[in-house]
Amino acid sequence: MSTTLTSRILRSRVAAALASPHGVDRYLELVNPMWAAEEVRARVVDVRRENADSDGAPVATLTLQPTSTWRGHRAGQYVQVGVDLPDSGKRMTRCFSISSASSLPGEQITLTIRAHDEGQVSSYLVSRAQPGQMVHLSQAEGEFTLHESAATPTNNHLLFITGGSGITPAMSILRTLLRDGYDGRAGRRVTFLHYARSAEDQIFAEELAEIAAADNDVTVHLRHGDHVFSDFELRRLVPDFRDTDTWACGPAGLMELIHAAYTADEVLSPRLRTEFFKPPRVATGAAEGDVSFDRSGTGAANTGATLLEQAEALGLKPEFGCRMGICFSCTSRKTEGTVRNVLTGAESSLPDEDIQICVTTPVGDCAVDL
Amino acid sequence: MSIAYQDETFEAREVVEEVTKLSAEQLDAFGAEMDAIRQRVIADLGQADRDYIHNVVKAQRAFEVAGRALFYLPPAWPLAVASLSVSKILDNMEIGHNVMHGQYDWMNEPGLSSRQFDWDNVCPGEQWKYSHNYIHHTFTNILGKDRDIGYGILRMDEDQKWHPYYLGNPVYAFLLMVFFEWGVAMHDLEVENIVSGKRSLDDNKALYPGLMKKVRRQAMKDYVLFPALTGPLFPLTLAGNATANLIRNVWAFNIIFCGHFPAGVATFSEEECENESRGHWYYRQILGSANITGGKLFHLMSGNLSHQIEHHLFPDLPARRYPEIAGEVREICERYGIAYNTGPLHKQLGSVAKKICKMALPPKKKAD
Repeated sequence: MSTTLTSRILRSRVAAALASPHGVDRYLELVNPMWAAEEVRARVVDVRRENADSDGAPVATLTLQPTSTWRGHRAGQYVQVGVDLPDSGKRMTRCFSISSASSLPGEQITLTIRAHDEGQVSSYLVSRAQPGQMVHLSQAEGEFTLHESAATPTNNHLLFITGGSGITPAMSILRTLLRDGYDGRAGRRVTFLHYARSAEDQIFAEELAEIAAADNDVTVHLRHGDHVFSDFELRRLVPDFRDTDTWACGPAGLMELIHAAYTADEVLSPRLRTEFFKPPRVATGAAEGDVSFDRSGTGAANTGATLLEQAEALGLKPEFGCRMGICFSCTSRKTEGTVRNVLTGAESSLPDEDIQICVTTPVGDCAVDL
Repeated sequence: MSIAYQDETFEAREVVEEVTKLSAEQLDAFGAEMDAIRQRVIADLGQADRDYIHNVVKAQRAFEVAGRALFYLPPAWPLAVASLSVSKILDNMEIGHNVMHGQYDWMNEPGLSSRQFDWDNVCPGEQWKYSHNYIHHTFTNILGKDRDIGYGILRMDEDQKWHPYYLGNPVYAFLLMVFFEWGVAMHDLEVENIVSGKRSLDDNKALYPGLMKKVRRQAMKDYVLFPALTGPLFPLTLAGNATANLIRNVWAFNIIFCGHFPAGVATFSEEECENESRGHWYYRQILGSANITGGKLFHLMSGNLSHQIEHHLFPDLPARRYPEIAGEVREICERYGIAYNTGPLHKQLGSVAKKICKMALPPKKKAD
């Protein structure tokens, strides 16, 4: 009761007026980092290595206790995680899928993260994060979710196809189904097909084995090593897969194969939901015109890549975060020219427009204030 | 470029002379040395800079909370005012001015990013960034372009045409000092250009909503809500908040006027700066600025604008770096024969006051 009252006071207009122009959170964070009125932060409660025996990139599951401002998440959603990297003094933000079952406001969540070679944030969280330290969060985002409730089962067959760390959002959905379903059952037929580099690299191996062994409506198929996804194999497991509600998440190669399998007569099945780790690769070819970066006085012929990549290729170091059009860290001013948003395909020719350079490609001549 | 020299005895002796011009090659070499300093500092930015600004923010918030709380104890009124004044000075100068320059944007921290930060001042940060970061810092001391020369109100340079209006120069300067935050907020409305017909009232329409919103919020906080929270002490708290704003106004005005108006600071014509090289831009920034000597605390309280020269050379480097590069900048200036204007606060202030009074009067006929 008192905590709701406190948070109502902290979120009130009077509190905002008193803390103007900085905002209530700029004061609260100095007293206790777990106090917040609007922003979401979380304390790391536990860090557990998932694939200790693997010689591949290390994977760890972090348990996070969010501030009371966390509004909860639907299974399958992701969250932006901001980390204050020691030494460089910079905050870096990346997106990670939540691996735990759906959460209510203020509840703990887990993230299962693979440390990429070049990923400063993922490497830091997997190898150096310690219980007790704070990270910055966004609210949960994303539409790669299960819309129906496990408590009101239908007889819809659900299919999950995942590769590598793409398993995390699907795991969140599966855990939610089993947690909320009656008597530990998913309540409908569930097929879980996952591709991993090797058996040692298989994350959630024990839990998946238990799920596979239990009487719970779930069938688990794990494929390791060189075993690639094929239309043929999927048809054997789920003959009517194009008419089955499907969630697919994984590396680009797998996703391309899945897309092809779900496309019949050039029409993509509306039952397929996908989640990318990276923005879709830009179609190369028709790249025309020149790109100029005014502030640094450099420029080059348009390569067709995103403006962020083209700027980096010229040796510039624009600010960036998620590199997938989510965090707005890279927002820059386009002074002239037409650009295309690779996520939406929308083209825009407005002068002096703020654009997210990580998901924007030039269409012809283009000038950016960088 | 012209420099009006004044001798130490404050005799009204004036010599206008051409300063030795550097060749284009010399300017390029000079510019390269400045670029090297910049690159070195940027490569070295890291945790220490982050810790520094976080500590300043913590101190500012602590002074602010202490100031607001001490108003509940009437005998502590002077202490409350002092505490709140320190908070507002830190907020506007070492934090606000510098953060809004983008000095800490590299940290990717939303609370300290130039895109999001706003200061405890009636001038909306968004509007200030345009007139200050862009107009003033790009066209520093170019007559006709840099509106910070006299702020459209004062006559601060020989080459500004005299008019009987300027007889009031010292009075206007005094009023600007007292109402400095309001002056800064009104700066973007370019009232002088509206009077002269260069700008129409319609051009200002887009600025009003942001300005009014900020003014309302600041006034609500300092003159209604916080006084009301102290109940029967309302008038005392209101007076205290107004005094803290006044103290910040007077302090900021004095520091800022020492940055560009002491004797010896040069102004430039638009022709001189057409197609200028990077080296010349640096050269103009140095000749157009003046430093104030002092201790560590003084530099902190002035937002390191006491290193106005270094700030104008590298407006987006964290200000805490200015003292450490000042020695090197000065040494390079000596080698190239570029005047480096610095002096203690009382000397720079005296010089500014004298200029304000002198510029009130019509120019004397120059002896050939």
